[in-house]
Amino acid sequence: MSPWVPRGLRDGVVTTRWPDRPDPYANGWRGPATVLDPHPAGAADLAALCPAGAISSETDGSVRLDRGRCILCGRCVERRPDVFGWSRGTGDAALTRDRLVVPAIPETEQNLAAVRAALRARTAALRRSVHLRHVDAGSDGTEEQEIAALLNPVYDIHRLGIFFTASPRHADVLLVTGAGAHGMAEPLRRTYDGMPDPKIVIAVGTDACSGGLLAGSYATSDGVGAAIGVDVWLAGSPPPPFSILCALLGALGRLPKAVGR
Amino acid sequence: MNTASPAGANAGPVVMAGSPTELWQELAAETAAGRRFAGLMATQRPEGLVLSAHLAGTKDITTYDVVLPPGASSYPALTPLLGAAFWYEREIHDLFGVVPAGHPRLEPLILPLHDERQPRPRPGTAGPEPAGIWPDEHSVPRHVLGAGLFTIPHGPVRSGVVESIEYLVETPGEDIPHLNMRVFYKHRGVEKRFEGMPAADGVLLAERTEGVSSVAHALAYCHAIERIADVGMPWPAALVRVLHAELERLANHLDAAVRLADAAGLAVATARFGVHKERVLRLVSRMCGSRFGRGVVVPGGVSALPQVSSGEFLAEIGRLDKAITADVRVLMGTASFLDRLRRTGPLRPERAREHGALGPVGKASGFADDARLTRPYDAYPALGLGEPSRHAGGDALTRLRVRWDEVRQSFHLLRQAADELGDAGGGPLRAERHTGDGRATGWAEAPQGEVLYDVRVEGGRLIRCHPRSASFHNLVLFHEVFTGDILTDFPFIEASFGLSVAGVAL
Repeated sequence: MSPWVPRGLRDGVVTTRWPDRPDPYANGWRGPATVLDPHPAGAADLAALCPAGAISSETDGSVRLDRGRCILCGRCVERRPDVFGWSRGTGDAALTRDRLVVPAIPETEQNLAAVRAALRARTAALRRSVHLRHVDAGSDGTEEQEIAALLNPVYDIHRLGIFFTASPRHADVLLVTGAGAHGMAEPLRRTYDGMPDPKIVIAVGTDACSGGLLAGSYATSDGVGAAIGVDVWLAGSPPPPFSILCALLGALGRLPKAVGR
Repeated sequence: MNTASPAGANAGPVVMAGSPTELWQELAAETAAGRRFAGLMATQRPEGLVLSAHLAGTKDITTYDVVLPPGASSYPALTPLLGAAFWYEREIHDLFGVVPAGHPRLEPLILPLHDERQPRPRPGTAGPEPAGIWPDEHSVPRHVLGAGLFTIPHGPVRSGVVESIEYLVETPGEDIPHLNMRVFYKHRGVEKRFEGMPAADGVLLAERTEGVSSVAHALAYCHAIERIADVGMPWPAALVRVLHAELERLANHLDAAVRLADAAGLAVATARFGVHKERVLRLVSRMCGSRFGRGVVVPGGVSALPQVSSGEFLAEIGRLDKAITADVRVLMGTASFLDRLRRTGPLRPERAREHGALGPVGKASGFADDARLTRPYDAYPALGLGEPSRHAGGDALTRLRVRWDEVRQSFHLLRQAADELGDAGGGPLRAERHTGDGRATGWAEAPQGEVLYDVRVEGGRLIRCHPRSASFHNLVLFHEVFTGDILTDFPFIEASFGLSVAGVAL
């Protein structure tokens, strides 16, 4: 008998039951920073706390935080724990770029229902067999590892009918990582064009949403939004496998109500 | 040559040279005498373009500066004398437009432009960052020579979830007589982004320069900043740094094992090592909130103690060690796996020595310069690394054996550091003063090999920060390891190098 047979049986089932059952690692995950008190004293000085420019002070004395820019350095939480705190869980994705801003910008609310309905219409045809293609558009290398981790037995996305494919021709969902490096704009567009309709694009990570710390670089376009249309924006530096899975299932409309926001 | 006064009391030796030619001869003589060429960079300064070479010795890394006359558009190339400078001079040409005259193959590497006269980023130049620069892939020639040869382009979007890079495999069918690499696709302009950042914030970008080695890059950056400020750090902080650096090494080596097992189609081994890696990342995230150890290392120490008790940590390390050791024993006895790695992608020892190959790639070819041993930092001088691994096979199998030796050493270090940390008690975790003005180099041993930072701070802000990853230094060796190998060996060779493109294209 091959020695790998007992090795493979050794630890029993290590695979998570999430999202059907709660998983403590997913629920306890420390996500991007969030705003606890939107009307703090001295709001005007708070923007300077963030090295990534995620915090903005509004004219009415309130403060907003763009989770799509948050690199999770924790400066704001450390200096002003009365105003900022960590978000918990895996709900770091949004259907529009503006929805990553907390507190939410009111005028985007009406728009959201229409966006959601349009996405549902496209994903309905995919049902329970979905193929993913990934493109790195200037990442730091961690997002690739977190996406690849979805294949390990702990997450095992094959159990959900989700597979990676080597060709864009077979892909339903495009996962894009990285700050939008200029050199990848054309290969990214060609990959996108090579995918059949309906197709869904998920920007994975803060770098993909906004460029992160590389925003403003001569060599990037401040995220991947300039190169292709994005359906789901996922914050995180990098987002952990559970958040990527949550964004993916959310886009497909397959999140149980208890998990979805 | 004369020695200039160093920037800070502890900032490391800087030698000023009179002319490039004089300096190159000195470098060639020093490397022939056994010192290791650790990199070449350029900086735009008010007095002109400064070329800085780094040579690693047994105690320190010496910086050699030479200033080109203002307006100089070329200088005599170093590469003909010292082959290891091959990519470095191409990088300098891309970023500054200055021509190393006599370079054997001056093609664009990280930033191809359609016009020689286009503005270049020129790191070190004061003022705002240049407007968008778009690379032009057509300015990189595609070489195919000989009858019956054709090129298989592989990338930049490749099968699988991997970073963007294009390999142009020139082949008559199955052999790989020549390979071209095009790494510019994911150039992010990292060096320019450092400029103007407060010295305390630079560590955040250092962590994202080559994310899979976040801790090592943060360490190398902070070592440079700490040398400039001339501060030490509290003992518990030095121990916490070792914990995270070694866990990062475990995660990276396990990732290399996953890729190798996957390439060989060993489903159970792929799954097992994938689970081990996941457990390491989860342990790291329980300790600090980030799966890649981000936010722990800060100039002058660490931000916090691990949020996992010493006993709990040691128990988890013990479980991991036992499970990994048992799986490694089976893996290294699986003949169908070993057959794919043995004599695959060999790097000759003399080439490893000439190039100064870093990390497991160098060690596997008998050239070991582990910064933790030769130029130790943080808590390493007080901790035992155990027997250094001695190998010279140079093939993919030997590189994997070196990784398993390093994994064993890491567990040894983790136990010692956790024990020490349990006894260290409370106290501050960060030096009071941790920034100053000046210039220094800092280094750390990443899982891929030594990472080197050359940092200059003025008025508390970064004027210049040049990261040199082990991936950049080692990837060029890909050109020479395919002799005798065929296309299906490619994934094994790539995985056995274990490099990250982010650290190459910057």
